[in-house]
Amino acid sequence: MSDSPALADVIAVACAEAWRGDGEIFASGMGVMQMLGARLARATFEPDLMVSDGEAFYVAGVLPIGGTDKTVEGWIPFRSVFDTLAGGRRHVMMGASQIDKYGNSNIANIGPWAKPKAQLLGVRGGPGNTVNNATSFFIPKHQSSVFVPVVDMVSGVGYDRAKKIGGFIAKRHDLRRVVTNLAVLDFATPDNAMRLVSVHPGVNVSDVVANTGFDLLIPSDVPASRLPTAEEMDAIGRIDPKGLRHREIPS
Amino acid sequence: MNDTRSKVIAEDQAIATIESGMTIGIGGWGSRRKPMSLVRALLRSNVSDLTVVSYGGPDVGLLCAAGKVRRLVYGFVSLDSIALEPHFRAARQAGTIAEPVEYDEGMLQWGLYAGSLRLPFLPTRAGLGSGVMDVNPSLKTVTSPYADGEELLAVPAIRLDAAFVHMNRADARGNAQYLGPDLYFDDLFLGACEPGRRFVSTEKIIATEDLLKEGTFHTLRINRAMVDGVIHAPNGAHFTTCEPDYGRDEAFQKAYVDAARDADSWKAFSDRFLSGDESSYQSAVSAWRAEVAAAKEASK
Repeated sequence: MSDSPALADVIAVACAEAWRGDGEIFASGMGVMQMLGARLARATFEPDLMVSDGEAFYVAGVLPIGGTDKTVEGWIPFRSVFDTLAGGRRHVMMGASQIDKYGNSNIANIGPWAKPKAQLLGVRGGPGNTVNNATSFFIPKHQSSVFVPVVDMVSGVGYDRAKKIGGFIAKRHDLRRVVTNLAVLDFATPDNAMRLVSVHPGVNVSDVVANTGFDLLIPSDVPASRLPTAEEMDAIGRIDPKGLRHREIPS
Repeated sequence: MNDTRSKVIAEDQAIATIESGMTIGIGGWGSRRKPMSLVRALLRSNVSDLTVVSYGGPDVGLLCAAGKVRRLVYGFVSLDSIALEPHFRAARQAGTIAEPVEYDEGMLQWGLYAGSLRLPFLPTRAGLGSGVMDVNPSLKTVTSPYADGEELLAVPAIRLDAAFVHMNRADARGNAQYLGPDLYFDDLFLGACEPGRRFVSTEKIIATEDLLKEGTFHTLRINRAMVDGVIHAPNGAHFTTCEPDYGRDEAFQKAYVDAARDADSWKAFSDRFLSGDESSYQSAVSAWRAEVAAAKEASK
């Protein structure tokens, strides 16, 4: 490993930061970077998190991505995942093929639902996730065809829709952050519209703006995303020894 | 064991009870422990116009490719290690599934659970505010009668005419066992089904007294009162996972996806693997594996 961190390492840390302060809940990551982020947070600054092998078991210690030599500390079959998310004791980081200004997200289909131009996964657990537990997103390619004014199918519920529901859901609705190959974004604004939090090293604010298909709230001072510490670089190497992150995020 | 009470039948006998227009629930999840030998038998039949309820994988893909699905109740259709199911995609993009019913994964569980408890619905928050409400205008909400007064989604009960699940072990009367990491929702598929067409295919039929030899009592989640027919189907979940008996046949799954790219290659695949009965399928897969191994050897 070289001295200067690769972009994938910076992004791994940005993903891990999503879970800071979460304590003893299920940190669930759908995808390589998401899983790396969850395991990195647990291995460093958020040691009480529960992480799974992506199949049906909670694992203790450091389980490399794709590794099978695991120390099981619990059982989490799909039924228990549903129970856990309905109980709110989970923070999931998903992917999204489209996302809008208020965090409505889409993994289901592109084009009209009735006869889509491209059928993707279907809504999966997105609707239940986003009204029940904290949800973050990792998007590998920040572009205006992903950051759109209106998503084609709402598989994940955004702030505007959650507010319309009101009550229990509006009070607890929690889209935490969006990490991309360019930047970190969140919804910590008065009306929960998406805001730029930081840009990764070498990225300009104008690059983010140019690749976002709606008006982004840009604070007067946008810092650079923080670099991994030596401890984090060590943990990243142990969690992803095969360097799968570099395939997700070429430098 | 009393053989006169055996429920053991062949795939085609199970499928002979299925009529066009029925609602069929298929257990497993994505490309995991799917009752594929029953799905293959269904492909060989002339039934059509089906409603299929599934945490979808290649079961849904194959039935879509065969034009047998009129209505599909699903939360996703995926091959897991290959994210998108090619035949399901093609069917959706061509608009050939007359009535797609897209639910959140948890809503699907709730519908089956309500069906198995004979309740008209179960309340949930999952689905509220999402596109699921937009594309399923018949979904209704219910207001909590308690002080909170919260408005919740009432997921309607799903009742099935037939259910197919695949288990690692079963006895001849239908006590069945899963030995892998997850039951998925197989018990709910059987529970939501009218008695008469609840079918369990299994890797091995064993004596009742052997049911605790390979797994603890926790693995006995399917009992004979939930089952009408038992089908001996070794490698019956192929090419999906059936842990710990076997994992997913990733190479074959990839060949399946590659074959779906155009009509000619799909016809060749169907002719080779899906035109005969289950034993011809299994022989064709063995022959294919031998070919692949020989080609690998030759290229060394």
